[in-house]
Amino acid sequence: MIDVFVARYAYVLFAVLLVVGLYMVVASSNLVKKVIGLNLFQTAIFLFFVSAAYLAEVGGKAGRAPIIPSEAQAYDPYASPLPQVIVLTAIVVGVALTALALALIVRIYSAYGTLDEETLREVRADE
Amino acid sequence: MSEAVPALLIVLPLVAATLPLLIGLVRQRTGWSIAAVVLAAETGLAVWLAWLVYGQGQRVVHVLGGATFGRKDVVIGGQETEGFIVGIELVADALSGLVVVLIAIVALAVLAYSRRAGPRGNAFYSGYLLLTGGLMGVVLTGDLFNLFVFLEIVGLTTYALVASDDSPDAAVAALKYLFVGTVGASFYLVGVGYVFVRTGTLNVVDVSRSLAGDPAWIDGTLYSEPLVAASFAFIAVGLATKAAIFPLHTWQPDAYSMAPDAVTVYISALVSTSAAYAFARIAWFVYTPAFFEVNRLLLDAVLVVAAVSVLAGSLLAAMQRRVKRTFAYSSVAQFGLLFIGIAVAVHPAGGEAGTRFAIYGVAIHLVGHGLMKAGLFATAGALAADANARRVREYAGLAKSHPFLAGAVAVLGFSLIGVPPTIGFVGKWYIALAAVQTQLWPVVFVVFASTLLTLLYVARLLETLYFDYAPEDTPAHAEPSRPVATDGGRTLSYGMVALAVGAALAAVLLGFAGAELTAAVDPVVRAVIDGVPEVVTNG
Repeated sequence: MIDVFVARYAYVLFAVLLVVGLYMVVASSNLVKKVIGLNLFQTAIFLFFVSAAYLAEVGGKAGRAPIIPSEAQAYDPYASPLPQVIVLTAIVVGVALTALALALIVRIYSAYGTLDEETLREVRADE
Repeated sequence: MSEAVPALLIVLPLVAATLPLLIGLVRQRTGWSIAAVVLAAETGLAVWLAWLVYGQGQRVVHVLGGATFGRKDVVIGGQETEGFIVGIELVADALSGLVVVLIAIVALAVLAYSRRAGPRGNAFYSGYLLLTGGLMGVVLTGDLFNLFVFLEIVGLTTYALVASDDSPDAAVAALKYLFVGTVGASFYLVGVGYVFVRTGTLNVVDVSRSLAGDPAWIDGTLYSEPLVAASFAFIAVGLATKAAIFPLHTWQPDAYSMAPDAVTVYISALVSTSAAYAFARIAWFVYTPAFFEVNRLLLDAVLVVAAVSVLAGSLLAAMQRRVKRTFAYSSVAQFGLLFIGIAVAVHPAGGEAGTRFAIYGVAIHLVGHGLMKAGLFATAGALAADANARRVREYAGLAKSHPFLAGAVAVLGFSLIGVPPTIGFVGKWYIALAAVQTQLWPVVFVVFASTLLTLLYVARLLETLYFDYAPEDTPAHAEPSRPVATDGGRTLSYGMVALAVGAALAAVLLGFAGAELTAAVDPVVRAVIDGVPEVVTNG
């Protein structure tokens, strides 16, 4: 059990961040905090991909970034570039989502004058 | 040349989405014409693709980046093996062809509808084209991560289009949709991550082969590993959220009822459909029946959730006062039925006949439901625009003043219930047959009960429409039709009636084409039964 925390701490962090982010989305009544929670939730997934690609050392050779020089040997330990590309793409998607969410929140705020979900529900029920 | 068609289908609307905004800087009011030209070309491409897939029996594959990123033989640890594909594959086969044609035709038809029904503005047409390109991507991609990207393109543009109405209610509905939809898509991404760390690939065919233990560097099948089972669970939850299956459906009724009418027609017909298609593709071809033989519990969980979705969705639909919300909850029930079909197709108890009938049922009901919901929401929008009727009781006596629209509601409603000879009947019939084959009697009961439950809300609507007299003091009658048009829209156009009546006619005509449709998806059946990840017609 201790092993998991020592050698695989990134995965533990992934699980913790994922749950914290999800909890913020569900439990916080402030719309902006919900967006922050959503970002945390997505960041946890980025961490999972990046740490899956990370290579500390293999066969006595230290792992390196996947920028491969022309004199590279076969089977040199390089970090896998694919998950990093995936994370880059996912970050772009996340930025677009955050922008859209904030734009919608600005509209909601200008219409109802509140960012609080509970108050929003009451205001809308009154109308 | 023909290999380029899947790529063109995606790239054309995505690139053209910039045009309404760019040209809008110079000349106003060009958005609709640009969108019409692009979508007409898109429909032409889709028909060409359908001809290649169904007429020629081809499996059209396009590798992005060309041969450099294609499949290569590689040497790993002294063993020569067939390598994984490096780039992204776009695949059109017997399963995706049907959905591609559905998307192209519905996109074109809804554009005709939106000319009068609005929303206007070049930004709307840009979003509309972007959404069409995203949907094509979801259906055509052969790469699990690429599927996530297209799901998010679809999601983002859908949230924006839902909010394109001026009312702040639409913004609230869109934000709710954004939170739930993003969490769903992220769950899907976690599932893909789990698959990726175990198999080292994202290509649908390669993942499927790796899970089956084909490559030399994998010992035996991976089906019994907890990581692989967890990946399926995450993917299933993510896609069920996108398809609005019962406990995860909370975003859907608000989004459908608050969105502008034309947007509701479009997203109700296609967005959830594309998510259900993705789930079918992944369950049948990535995990394959062999996986579910090992993990019966996961399959049972999908069946239970889908069955609950059918019952709860139908009951909630019958309780709604607003017509659009009734149809929205009806979608929850219908997608429950589709998920039952998808799960039954890979159920080990069903045997070959069960798989065959379930795949027929899912393919036909997927297309049929898209068509029926498009027609129903189109009529609801047209009646709201012309008679200002948005609630069920405001439909009283409208059959007299709007015979065509009322007729369309009746035909499409009967199709939704599953009355022969409509497409709704064919789809439900095959799903029911498949459920009987598996001898899972509770599921069989739910499938047949779904028919009665659909009758519950359709009959109520039709009774009000045809047999109730309009009370004199309702706003529908006191202010006879045509509310003052402020933005030039909001009145009935031929395009709006044509879409409703056309959908009703198509629902009946396709009901007679059951044999052709099942013949078209036969290659899919053979591939699933043989456990092959590639759907090939010839050979």
